[in-house]
Amino acid sequence: MSEKTGEEAVRRLVRAALGPVGSAEPERDLWPEMLRRLEEPPARVSWLDWALAGAVLAWFFVFPEGIPAVLYHL
Amino acid sequence: METPERFARGELEAFEELFRQFQAEVYGWIVRIVRDRAAAEDLTVETFWRIWRARARFDPSRSFAAWARRIATNAAVDHLKAARREEPLPDNLAARPAADAAVEEELHEQIRRAFGKLPANLRATATLALVEEQPYEEIARAMGVSVGGVKSRVFRAVRRLRKELERMGVRA
Repeated sequence: MSEKTGEEAVRRLVRAALGPVGSAEPERDLWPEMLRRLEEPPARVSWLDWALAGAVLAWFFVFPEGIPAVLYHL
Repeated sequence: METPERFARGELEAFEELFRQFQAEVYGWIVRIVRDRAAAEDLTVETFWRIWRARARFDPSRSFAAWARRIATNAAVDHLKAARREEPLPDNLAARPAADAAVEEELHEQIRRAFGKLPANLRATATLALVEEQPYEEIARAMGVSVGGVKSRVFRAVRRLRKELERMGVRA
């Protein structure tokens, strides 16, 4: 089977399995939720998060060859 | 002063005008990618939250809709990355097949499972291109890549899907 035919077959299967959503609209007005979000106090970073970030940076410093592998999995 | 300019200067009323004008469009785009209406509502709010935070970087002479769609795409892909580890497979939001088509439903389930294993960027691109049949130019603009980049992602997604389906014993 050629790549083109294969792509068509996969396209057909995927389209049948997932089905297009087409046009959709939210069921409610989202502005009140947006306002709540805007009024939330900014999130504070805990000391544990800072400690973890520091540990990761230290690990990168000691093992720089591991950086691409970590970035790949993000 | 026009609404986008007022928004860029930080006027909340202008932001509300833009929110009300574009929330349906942003939601519609996000739900096409994540295929989950509840998540799409949360992500619409998340998108506009990012938009509000980035207002100083918005150029009012450019299209707000295109900028919003780009941010919405990033939010949706971030969601897929997180959901890949936690959530079940994307479901079919369109009409389901007849109840007696158990074999067909099993096949669809396998395809959805294979689709759910794609990396978030490939999955989002493949959903928009293969399922929603959005123009490649539009997908490219929304994802911040070239049309060639979109074609490449679709090609890679299809190749991975074929391999995965073959592994599952499904012939594509």
